[in-house]
Amino acid sequence: MENAVQKTPPEHLKTPLWALHKEMGGKMVGFAGYDMPVQYDGMGVLKEHLHVRSAAGLFDVSHMGQALLTAAADPAVFLEKIVPGDIVGLEPWKTRYTVLLNDDGGIIDDLMVTRWNDKTLFLIVNAACKDKDFAYIQKKIGGQVKLHYLADRALLALQGPKAESVLTRLLPVAAGMKFMTATKVTYEGHELYLSRSGYSGEDGYEISVPSSFAPAFAKKLLGYSEVKWIGLGARDSLRLEAGLCLYGHDLDEQTTPIEANLKWVIQKRRREEGGFCGAEKILGQLKNNPRRLRVGIKPEGRAPMREGTELLSADGKKIGIITSGGFGPSVDGPVAMGYVETAFAATGTRLQALLRGVLRPCEVAALPFIKPNYRKD
Amino acid sequence: MTKIFFSEDHEYVRIDGAIGTVGISDYAQKALGDVVYVELPKIGDKLVQGGQAGVVESVKSASEVYSPVSGEVFEINTALTGDPAQINQDPLGKGWFYKIKISNENELAALKNETAYNAYIQSL
Repeated sequence: MENAVQKTPPEHLKTPLWALHKEMGGKMVGFAGYDMPVQYDGMGVLKEHLHVRSAAGLFDVSHMGQALLTAAADPAVFLEKIVPGDIVGLEPWKTRYTVLLNDDGGIIDDLMVTRWNDKTLFLIVNAACKDKDFAYIQKKIGGQVKLHYLADRALLALQGPKAESVLTRLLPVAAGMKFMTATKVTYEGHELYLSRSGYSGEDGYEISVPSSFAPAFAKKLLGYSEVKWIGLGARDSLRLEAGLCLYGHDLDEQTTPIEANLKWVIQKRRREEGGFCGAEKILGQLKNNPRRLRVGIKPEGRAPMREGTELLSADGKKIGIITSGGFGPSVDGPVAMGYVETAFAATGTRLQALLRGVLRPCEVAALPFIKPNYRKD
Repeated sequence: MTKIFFSEDHEYVRIDGAIGTVGISDYAQKALGDVVYVELPKIGDKLVQGGQAGVVESVKSASEVYSPVSGEVFEINTALTGDPAQINQDPLGKGWFYKIKISNENELAALKNETAYNAYIQSL
């Protein structure tokens, strides 16, 4: 056996909920510089995953970076230089998924942007990227905008079909919210930033909470029988089934949003006007197709095909690689995604994967692998 | 009279005369988490001590299984293919992987008895 045992080096950072994870049986591992729960005693990845799809799961995502972007005028005008999304046109209290771009159109990070008002945007970026992102924003547009890192806030995600009924008991405003909208709400004297969003393929919320109040708030949610802590293991299998990218695996600085099959993040006005980092390359790929594309991969049989597995055409030519793969508990079988040469990207294309020296069949599959449950109406 | 020995890689071999039944320890199945896929050796495979005998995968990760003893595989637990969760539920019983004709009993000296293994996992 190998990989079975992982120990956490002592230098990892702790979120404000660390002690609560330990108390509730969290098995802690190092992730993005933080000591985080990968799963919980008595549950495990499989049960935690299925719990989110059937009830409500609570995730500690406090390791992610939260920041406010402000300016004398609309900070979106400046942010649009480094992201391809329409942020100027984002209405107050709406949230949009976008990507931070380098000068070659490569993805520095993927992030959520919420407009609070005409002078303030709220950003949530990946844990492993936050220092890099904030330095990049400072370098590129620091003269025009101010970035305030919210180091004293925790972030919780409550995901699953019971998320609304649970959260509404504490925060009645949660009930009427639509997918990708946000609001501020005061609860027991604490200001919470609430958005109807998440990264599991389920309906749910992300709730930014002052660090000092986070354990008490998490305990309130965990007090409802529908809610259980969910670790990073299930977070990964949930987002993979939902066809969502994990930065550093499915996205990186050598990959454009077109190659990543994220052309929907570039709204019409931005396609027409350009004016963002790497626009020439990205808009060119939009017209003429990139060399490679991110696709879903469905392995035949039961063997998971994991990150790094080579993909070959039916006639044995190497045409791609898996960037995320594993077992999908809701699919009840292996699921994966990866990059293939564009000629092999059509859904249903038969491929082979080189698994431990043996070629095994798989095929290009439509993403997501599950039907998402977002509250769109 | 059967005896059980463990490797530091967390495989066990239960000895009955010249026959060994191989699986992974309770500690290993707990560390792995929910097993969703298993690859067993083939009947007739000649395995060497410490060499790869199979693969066990949880939702989280894939791990190689190394044979704790050398010998020839003569039976495999085909029930695991359809129900790999048996490895979690009963690792030392129904969750066995394969049976092997042990070719060199002296190799057992390199393994730990149950008491020594329990002390070893306490130290991890």
